[in-house]
Amino acid sequence: MLDVQNIRKDFPILNRTVNGKPLIYFDNAATSQTPQQVIDVIVDYYTNYNANIHRGVHSLSQEATDAYEQARVKIQKHFNAKHSHEIIYTSGTTHGINLVANGFSSLLKKGDEIIVSALEHHSNIVPWQMLCERTGASLKVIPMNENGELILSEFDALLNDNTKLVFVNHISNALGTINPIEYIIEKAHQFGAAVLVDGAQSCPHIKPDVQALDVDFYVCSAHKLCGPTGVGTLYGKEAWLNKLPPYQGGGEMIAEVSFEKTTYAALPHKFEAGTPNICGGIAFGAAIDYMNNIGFDNIAQYEHDLLEYGTEQLLKIEGVKIYGTAKEKTSVISFNVGNIHPYDIGTILDKMGIAVRTGHHCAQPIMDFYNIPGTVRASFMFYNTKAEIDSFISALKKAIMMLS
Amino acid sequence: MTIEEVQNEIIDEFSMFEDWEERYQYMIDLGKDLPLIDEKYKTEDNIIKGCQSKVWVHANMNDDKVNFTADSDAIITKGIIAILIRVFSDQHPKDIIEANTDFIDKIGLKEHLSPTRANGLVSMIKQLKMYAIAYQTQLN
Repeated sequence: MLDVQNIRKDFPILNRTVNGKPLIYFDNAATSQTPQQVIDVIVDYYTNYNANIHRGVHSLSQEATDAYEQARVKIQKHFNAKHSHEIIYTSGTTHGINLVANGFSSLLKKGDEIIVSALEHHSNIVPWQMLCERTGASLKVIPMNENGELILSEFDALLNDNTKLVFVNHISNALGTINPIEYIIEKAHQFGAAVLVDGAQSCPHIKPDVQALDVDFYVCSAHKLCGPTGVGTLYGKEAWLNKLPPYQGGGEMIAEVSFEKTTYAALPHKFEAGTPNICGGIAFGAAIDYMNNIGFDNIAQYEHDLLEYGTEQLLKIEGVKIYGTAKEKTSVISFNVGNIHPYDIGTILDKMGIAVRTGHHCAQPIMDFYNIPGTVRASFMFYNTKAEIDSFISALKKAIMMLS
Repeated sequence: MTIEEVQNEIIDEFSMFEDWEERYQYMIDLGKDLPLIDEKYKTEDNIIKGCQSKVWVHANMNDDKVNFTADSDAIITKGIIAILIRVFSDQHPKDIIEANTDFIDKIGLKEHLSPTRANGLVSMIKQLKMYAIAYQTQLN
């Protein structure tokens, strides 16, 4: 079991007030809060061993290098990757996706096909459109049903020998739907297509086993799972990472340079040009430790309770419509109340210290599907409580009263 | 009334409110009373970019004075526009261009002034002033 009152003590920000009211933070799908244990690691790094890594002979550089590489091993173990060099540090999910999309531009040709899902974040659609423009490949979309679930029979029909890459998020940021990536990976592999999974929304809730999934690429951001912003990871199977050309040129990613020819460094450094976010990488490792100490099974169980409770309380309010009612979903509730604009609700809730997301959640195609301008999105983490949901519900009722 | 006089009148009205709730309730009511823009002007061209909610503004000039009508799909945004229109409508373009907007701070809506704020109050003011500049050019 998870002791939420003790856990809350780890998060200093949860003690602050907003507009004179205790903060209730329900915007976790946008970014999670940071526990003291991770903040301490960041402070310790800059206080005691800040140095550039991999090339210094001095002690500080060695300490920083060790900590950074140890964090890579933590990430490797967390995802159960076969090798630590299959873990590439990135600046976040978007960077990881662009790295793969860019790499594929030298592997694709006219007539090839890329499949993406209708549940994608904007950042996930644009790189593929750009890739298609560059290579002459075409983009196919797996449609979704009214519940916000992907229609798998349509996916089956899209697959063929021209399919080179399938891209899907593990969990939808706008609706919380957990996608059946096991099925998608297996089917795509039958046609020899590679699969890239966006784990930005799943990593705070699920511990993915990349070997068991047999996924080719998996990306995520540290700040969604209690780590700092500006750092993330791309897992790629060794064979695929060797096949892709480097993304950026610079220091770190080279073995030998002359004006005639440069040979690239081995994995993972081939994809890590320049001085990386050293402190961020180390803190990412600390965040993974923190989450694993609580335990992902405990987290999943607790958040599922919050989701059920929140959904039940919300549906008691007249006029509430929840978008995304997939059987498999995480602790995200996207909703509207009657004809009230989500922006109005978000503004009034903020006056009462409650942070939610409003708008299209960078998933315009999903909003178009439901023919709405956007939704209010409340997303919970393991440090949220039922008491907070109660406060949120009464604040919401007040907002509705003011706005009707 | 001059722009400054209208602004002072609004500051007086808001000074009666004791908390955010009364302030916002008033803005919501203002939004409900806002004279709606003619449907034919609710076009893509008249949408102000940079707002999470949709905002349409239309302007015309009569007797050297500019008049605005507007609408939004969000009621608080509508309330904010209603205040802006009350300040800037029926004024000479030159006065609109030169007007400062410090009164927004004084009525407790400073939080909406941040340029990154999703309702785009800054974009709205900019748009109203752009219209004034366009009409001023016609007058010159």
